[in-house]
Amino acid sequence: MSTTETPTTETQTTETQTTTAPVELKKGHVGQSIPRKEDKRLVEGQGIFFDDVRRHGMGYVHFVRSPHAHAKIVSIDVAAALALDGVHGTLTGDEVAIQTDPFFEMSTPPGNEIKDYALAVGKVRFMGEPVAAVCARTRELARDAAELVEVEYEPLDVLVDAREAVKNETIMHEDAGSNVVWSGVFDWGDWEAAKAEADRVVRIDELHFHRFSSTPLECSGALVEYERASGQWTLHCNHQMPGVGAIWMAPALRTGLDKLRFVTRDIGGGFGNKICLHPYYVTLCLLARKLNRPVNWTEWRTDQHTANAHGNERWFHDVEVAVKDDGTMLGFNVKALDDCGAFPRYEPLGCIIWAQVTAGCYGWRNIRVDFTQVCTNKSPVSPNRGYSRMQHLWLTERIIDIVGAELEIDPVEMRKRNYVKTEQMPYETPNGCVYDSGDYARCLDIALDLIGYDTVEERKAEAAARGKLLGLGIGSTLDSGTNNFGQSQLLNPELQFSGNNEAATVKLDIFGEVVVTLGTVPQGQGHETTASQVVADILGCSPDQVNVRQGHDTFFNSNAGFSGTYASQFAVTGLGAVKGAADLLRAEMIQLAAAVLQCDAEQIELADGFARVKDGPPEAALPFMALGAIVNANNAFLPPDFNPTLNHRFVYRPYFGMLDNEKKTGKLTLTYATQIHACLVEIDKETGVVEIVDYAAVDDCGVRIHPQIVEGQVHGATAHAIGAALFEEFVYDEDGQLLTSNFYDYHVPHALDVPALKTAAIESPSPFTPLGSKGMGEGGGGGIHCICSAIQDALLPAGRPLVYDSCNPYHRVWSMLQDPESTRANVEVISA
Amino acid sequence: MSVEEPARSCSISVEVNGDVYDREVDARRLLVHFIRDDIDLTGTHIGCDTGNCGACTIHLDGVAVKSCMLLAVQADGAKIATVEGLAPIDGELSPLQQSFSAHHALQCGYCTPGMLMSASALLAQNPRPSEEEARTAIQGNICRCTGYVNIVEAIVSVGEGA
Repeated sequence: MSTTETPTTETQTTETQTTTAPVELKKGHVGQSIPRKEDKRLVEGQGIFFDDVRRHGMGYVHFVRSPHAHAKIVSIDVAAALALDGVHGTLTGDEVAIQTDPFFEMSTPPGNEIKDYALAVGKVRFMGEPVAAVCARTRELARDAAELVEVEYEPLDVLVDAREAVKNETIMHEDAGSNVVWSGVFDWGDWEAAKAEADRVVRIDELHFHRFSSTPLECSGALVEYERASGQWTLHCNHQMPGVGAIWMAPALRTGLDKLRFVTRDIGGGFGNKICLHPYYVTLCLLARKLNRPVNWTEWRTDQHTANAHGNERWFHDVEVAVKDDGTMLGFNVKALDDCGAFPRYEPLGCIIWAQVTAGCYGWRNIRVDFTQVCTNKSPVSPNRGYSRMQHLWLTERIIDIVGAELEIDPVEMRKRNYVKTEQMPYETPNGCVYDSGDYARCLDIALDLIGYDTVEERKAEAAARGKLLGLGIGSTLDSGTNNFGQSQLLNPELQFSGNNEAATVKLDIFGEVVVTLGTVPQGQGHETTASQVVADILGCSPDQVNVRQGHDTFFNSNAGFSGTYASQFAVTGLGAVKGAADLLRAEMIQLAAAVLQCDAEQIELADGFARVKDGPPEAALPFMALGAIVNANNAFLPPDFNPTLNHRFVYRPYFGMLDNEKKTGKLTLTYATQIHACLVEIDKETGVVEIVDYAAVDDCGVRIHPQIVEGQVHGATAHAIGAALFEEFVYDEDGQLLTSNFYDYHVPHALDVPALKTAAIESPSPFTPLGSKGMGEGGGGGIHCICSAIQDALLPAGRPLVYDSCNPYHRVWSMLQDPESTRANVEVISA
Repeated sequence: MSVEEPARSCSISVEVNGDVYDREVDARRLLVHFIRDDIDLTGTHIGCDTGNCGACTIHLDGVAVKSCMLLAVQADGAKIATVEGLAPIDGELSPLQQSFSAHHALQCGYCTPGMLMSASALLAQNPRPSEEEARTAIQGNICRCTGYVNIVEAIVSVGEGA
């Protein structure tokens, strides 16, 4: 463990209510909240989302979906649909089974024997699973025709509970012969020794992290064109990870990667929910080829909720925590049971991604996790903001608060005693991950300050006088970013993925315009703006002079295998690539200017849009336009051995080193942004309704390229967490019918549900990244942990119930108020 | 007694952002699909199928309405304003649009047209809304990116500048 000191500087403490308008540009653009390049088109309604793209003769696709959660398909009859005037054609699972191969599965046997096709083949395994697709002249006709497709089903027993599925009494995937997708034990440090050393062992029978998703406002979809002559498909779409999407799709379609061109422009939110679109997109590719026409599919909201992508649900069983009497945590031992729904798709990666934050914010050294993932007859999952780490961090935060409650140690004291200290950074965790920088205790102090920690006792008394219960909550999380895909080999050593990469190009064009292309796929994160800031600082010009092309295009030549926007990494991988390409261009511009101005390269500086001789006469300066024109259009005088291109591509590749597949240790990710949340909630004893009365989030993501964008991400992640903690839950009945399939029943926060959020930031630069920045968009579910913590604290005077579920709508809180004992029966403290 | 076959399509005349459109539309055509697909004003968005999200909010005869909750034929003879009509034609953004940008009240921008239409309807009625009034005015508009904090600020600060 190294004790290298990391500089930490507090740069801003702002209440959001007083956020100021963007400041005037200073010399360096990085670190300034400059106006976003994206905004003008978006506030004018001139953004281009996939459904805004039209093609001549385009047909509209509607999916025929299963009403059953688990059933054999006896027959499908499309004749009536085809007979309807205006219907272009249909596609069924039988055609899919002939024309495509099953998607690549990442698990080990038997999980990798699961057969996943674009449409259901032989049987359906979740409500809403597509069994056929219809393409017609209008959206309405496609829907009418889908109603005419007759499907005969033979219902089967349904699995909606992972705890039942793991028993394998009903099998969902006959090819695999088991509902278990993956299982394995992670054992770091020495759990048995920790247990022996402990003064107490706290045992928690069961905790449950519920099923929800971030439900981006724009649903999924694509316009797919097929070019018969070349066999190439172009997908105008909103896939947020096209590099990996193509790796799934091309082999299934029996074609080459370069035959799949993904084009994205504006995307209406993603949050991970637009990563697993390959089954739908393969169906569209087949239809476009079969019908010889462009096809559009725009998902309906109810379909998005029912059958696209939920977040992972996870149970934690037999949790044992080894603790000293003073609250020092020695370690924990847990059985995790993850529910990935009907098909694994991106899974079983969630069985390892959590391990990036194994220890959470804490210094415990002995951790044992017995992890199992199973299929159930529910919607498949997809990475969802905070993916897999959020579930695990919720566990660590619940442990801290439940153990604290049992030992009667103050929650602030519990955390501060166990936090990894800033002087320990970079800190190597028990599983070999390295926390790059941070100061958790300081972030907590700031958060507590913002919510008036000093007056909490008075406010509790004041609330009690009004018949309300007031509680303080804390959520401590790490937003791990820039993941090492090598961790997939800890699940399956046969997988050929490791490391990470991202590409960008930067060129100087003939009229002096700097043009940047990205491999990333922004969905609101402001990549055009932040990339222009980095390039402007390197080339010595204004961000206005830098044109960052909108969106992603496979044909930009700025793609790497892991291109996409996911896993909190743009500020590292995306901007690392941009910086690398801009550095190359800068060096060449200097070399060219020195050749033209006949001086040494060291004498040239790039500033104010010129390459000029430092302290030279005004005429010893070339505008960017002159450099661009020389290379592109007026190059006869350049010597034969000097061939500048002013067009550079750079692939940024973080260095991780090798993992130990046996011990399951190593650097699983590069950066760790900190999010410490604190809040006060007030609970109505009569109804169980929880009101957030004060809320603060403190972020530390190293160097902030654009503080306003960082703060916006904090707001958004917090709002998602508030929704998840209090309202949002995908609830299934025993027949596998989803009861919360649209925004009526699945309540996402509205403007009146989100309080005025207070934010602050400190900057602990990452020593491992090109700009000292860290990815930070996911937030680690800080708000969920924080609100669960606050509810438990508020309920202390009402029989001390313990919060055992991550979702606490009023009826669950009301139940805890009625029967606190039943939650306490879940926990046992064994003294040594 | 035979039942008369209902009309399957109708002729409508609608003024949108000052331009008059005469169209024959399916009787069941949603107004939002008419706006997006028939007259190609794609700034108005669709985020749900239940009238909850507000991405399709427009002004119909000066009132903010969700255009997915109306049929196109119901708009016959009406004056409609969409997000494309918000900015004055000289290319400058309206104060509300500028405020949204200045306060980072948008990320992905998908809810933004609906938010702007709800907010501009509020400001037309109440030029200096309080924070609570601003929140109430946009409670029918879902945003999944911003947590509403900066949207509310953007609306309130336009009022302060009025």
